[in-house]
Amino acid sequence: MFIKEYFKTIYLTVSSLLKGMKTTGYYFTHQKEIITEQYPEVRPVLAERFKGEVIMPHNEANEHSCTGCQACEIACPNGTIKIVTKNEINAEGKKKKAIDTFVYHLELCTMCNLCVVACPSDAIIMANNYEHSVFDRREFTKVLNNPGSKIMEGIE
Amino acid sequence: MISLEGLTTLLQTWLQNTLGEPWAFAAESVIVGIAAITLFAFLGLALVYMERKVAALMQIRLGPNRVGPKGIFQTSADTLKLVMKEGLTPDGADKFLFNLAPFMVMIAAMLVLAPIAFARNFQIWDLSIGVLYVAAVSSVAVIGILMAGWSSNNKYSLLGAMRSAAQIVSYELSAGLSILAIVILTGSLRISDIINSQADGWWIIKGHLPVLIAFIVFLIAVTAETNRAPFDLAEAESELTAGFHTEYSGMKFALFFLAEYINIFIGCAINATLFFGGWMPFHIGGWDSFNHVMDFIPSSIWFFGKTMFLIFLIMWFRWTFPRLRVDQLLNLEWKYLLPISMVNLLLVTFMAIMGWHL
Repeated sequence: MFIKEYFKTIYLTVSSLLKGMKTTGYYFTHQKEIITEQYPEVRPVLAERFKGEVIMPHNEANEHSCTGCQACEIACPNGTIKIVTKNEINAEGKKKKAIDTFVYHLELCTMCNLCVVACPSDAIIMANNYEHSVFDRREFTKVLNNPGSKIMEGIE
Repeated sequence: MISLEGLTTLLQTWLQNTLGEPWAFAAESVIVGIAAITLFAFLGLALVYMERKVAALMQIRLGPNRVGPKGIFQTSADTLKLVMKEGLTPDGADKFLFNLAPFMVMIAAMLVLAPIAFARNFQIWDLSIGVLYVAAVSSVAVIGILMAGWSSNNKYSLLGAMRSAAQIVSYELSAGLSILAIVILTGSLRISDIINSQADGWWIIKGHLPVLIAFIVFLIAVTAETNRAPFDLAEAESELTAGFHTEYSGMKFALFFLAEYINIFIGCAINATLFFGGWMPFHIGGWDSFNHVMDFIPSSIWFFGKTMFLIFLIMWFRWTFPRLRVDQLLNLEWKYLLPISMVNLLLVTFMAIMGWHL
């Protein structure tokens, strides 16, 4: 029946429109549903595993645990890490490989975490810091090992 | 008690005593003009702020909240930015028509203001064909829109303008038929007569189902005539960048923007006048003490309250419904709204003849 179809269409249209208006009306009257985070004033609570940037933790004696094995450099898919090594002569007179500078290009990093997984001595970790904007892009090239730092005792 | 009516009478007697008849009239015209422009500027700022807040809350956001407390100065800041921007005229445009179009749209919006009653006996011009005048003049805006679309020499603008013209011309019909429903019940085209006929109850209550249908049809038609979502095909930003005002910038764009909000206000004011009694307080026939209590609320508050409620309803539509396609738009008008309002008009006429309304 044409007439029946006609009024059925009207009924279905109106009821679906009212359903939509009910949803938006609910959100309009229930302001606790607002999901906006007012960022600079209210800081987001981040999970511990949030990947912000790669850092190299140092202990109080300014020692890190990077052996300079370059596993992270090989693991990195886009050449973010560049390790410059040097040879140190230890107390027994033997030559030993150690890092000179651990260069980290933040602007290339995709926070994929592969370097952290590849590291055999857990020398590098992902930090939670996410505010990376700077005025000069040269500041994106970071040296992760502190000046004058040494490798920790007992890490090969 | 201070009322807008007392204010105007006071002003008129003072002007006539100090200036004499012809000059008092001139001074009153100037005052009315300034008042109308002030109202428009204020409405533009307030409605844009309201729109943004309503949109934000319906989309689970916060909306403007940085400029001033709760962001109330956001729209003033935006207007300041628009005033300072350069009003570009494209090289290939028809320069005269291009610069004339925003003023045409604005003037059409301003003209409709004349017969609207803002409060008890507070009306610019209570002409005897008020409702006809509103229906006629509000469709003049389409000339400005077509002018803007054509003179921009831009395919998006032209498409937007053509869509807008098709839309306004179609929806005028059902808007006119729903206005007729009230005119039949009242027996007069004069706005003040229509308002006074609702002294014992608004038409939406007195008129039963047929007037409710007429109200819904008129609400849809007003939404379509003001080119608002879900009928915003004329400026569909995802298809036509911005439709007929694509090429406009600075203050000329601001005039289009302002005219859109003024048209919404006027459409809702007419809607409130026809179906909710304009400034008439909520009265129920026979309940004299209740009616008397309702009279204590100033009539201007009643008028603006009803109008703002209808504007909110239209904003609610905009932020809920998806945009219609052109064929769906014309289907809705010619296959649904027009036949329904015609049958409805017949029902209203029958009801008026039989005296079934309250």
